[in-house]
Amino acid sequence: MTEKTFDLVIIGGGCAGMAAAIAAYDSGLRDIIIIERSPLAGGVLRQCIHNGFGIQQFERDLTGVEYADAFLNEVNKRQITLMTETIVLEITPDRSVLACGSGEMVLIRAGAVILATGCRERPRGALLIPGSRPAGVMTAGCAQRYLNREGYLVGKKIVILGSGDIGLIMARQFVLEGAEVSAVCEIMPYSSGLTRNIVQCIEDYDIPLFFNTTVTRIIGDKRVEAVTIAEVDKDRRPVSGTERRIDCDALILSVGLIPENELAIQAGLAMDKATGGIVADNTLQSDTEGIFACGNALHVHDLADFAAAEGALAGRCAADYVRNGRSPKGQVLKTEAGFGVRGLVPQRIRLPLDEAVRIQFRPASRYTNCRVVIRSGDRVIASLKKPILTPGEMFIREIRAADIDGDIHVEVVL
Amino acid sequence: MIRELICINCPMGCRMTVTLENGTVTDVTGNTCPRGRDYAIQEATRPLRVLTGIMKAEGCPYPFSVRSDGLIPKDMIRDCAVELKRHHPPLPVAAGDIVIADILGTGVNIIATSHLDASFDVTKQK
Repeated sequence: MTEKTFDLVIIGGGCAGMAAAIAAYDSGLRDIIIIERSPLAGGVLRQCIHNGFGIQQFERDLTGVEYADAFLNEVNKRQITLMTETIVLEITPDRSVLACGSGEMVLIRAGAVILATGCRERPRGALLIPGSRPAGVMTAGCAQRYLNREGYLVGKKIVILGSGDIGLIMARQFVLEGAEVSAVCEIMPYSSGLTRNIVQCIEDYDIPLFFNTTVTRIIGDKRVEAVTIAEVDKDRRPVSGTERRIDCDALILSVGLIPENELAIQAGLAMDKATGGIVADNTLQSDTEGIFACGNALHVHDLADFAAAEGALAGRCAADYVRNGRSPKGQVLKTEAGFGVRGLVPQRIRLPLDEAVRIQFRPASRYTNCRVVIRSGDRVIASLKKPILTPGEMFIREIRAADIDGDIHVEVVL
Repeated sequence: MIRELICINCPMGCRMTVTLENGTVTDVTGNTCPRGRDYAIQEATRPLRVLTGIMKAEGCPYPFSVRSDGLIPKDMIRDCAVELKRHHPPLPVAAGDIVIADILGTGVNIIATSHLDASFDVTKQK
């Protein structure tokens, strides 16, 4: 086994990991390695051939592939080590990173570690849909990979369950590839994806989108032949008598993303059930010194640009940690999610603050004409009028350091 | 006439209201940036879209990704998507290469957004 040391080890070479490396380098750190499982950095962006990336960050409308290449290009301009085809097997609280690549084990002692391991799709097994186990049932990202990387269209007559962004994007692409999308079924009364994707992927192509509807049975022996869909009541239980059969040769699932945190859990880092990520402070550091997280591993983002911006913050903060050899030992405040707020990040705020704190959450439901009220202690520090909040779109607000002197409470007021 | 539109320029998804008089836009509200206003005017009069997709090179089973280098009338997007299947440029393909010039007379080119050469093997891309 080879042993190495690096000031900063970044696990995952998607946009968050690459942005972290670039920011750490630009703030003066030099001894940086990105460990990436695939042969090519970029993560899921490698199969995101659609546009809409980079508008926040580069003020250009790029495809996911172009966006990934823009980051890779910046990584390559700097002396950042990019170790591909290498999988991290374990990290320890004292920042040893055990990895395996090209048939060889590597043990890296790290000054700081950033977890940028992304997320996974919620699979069929998590949904408990009755029926047989035929071929042709897969997640939207899996179908996207088959089509855009390997060249296989997974069906000719397709039903999509869930209205997550990848499912919406794939609905459009299936149609443009010549398949029929018979239905997109969403169990909730609103989409979990971005509004713009409902417009440009579903409405543009007259694809039937059914809210309050789910798949209640999968029919087929070797290959899926049909599904039964049914309306659901307000408790999301199928309503008897509303069932109907739709013939199809593929059922595509777009029913949520789950942060990938096997390494964090194994290392014993404190986790947040609401986000599925680590409990992070405003520097994106975990409860264990020198271990940070960012991007979809910390919480599932709506936009890649925001995951990358978070990566850059983690990179800067990890570089500070390496330089100082420790974290500031000031007072630690909590952030608390009130009504309508799910997955609030960061979970902790460490004083003193030298920059604004970016508060992010997912609305728990769809709310119209409401306010987001942010308090520090008993004082209201922001009360923001919102015509609409939806779970598909992240709420983000920067809070000035000077405004924060007590625990933060965030709620939606109707 | 009043039209409600949702901006698709960026993922903010601004909800906009467009006022039209005799086919001409007289007012746009709800946009947060100038791009939103431009989009609303365009969408209410002559909607345009970027086309993205995949193409296959001659003799290669694996796809490469493409985009239009400009906006295509929305009612021509499906025909242009079919056209992508009819062209098989030779390998290698590099990002930025024009793979279909002036697709269906739109004045817009289709350019590659990824690299593909004969050494690519998808089984090594897990």
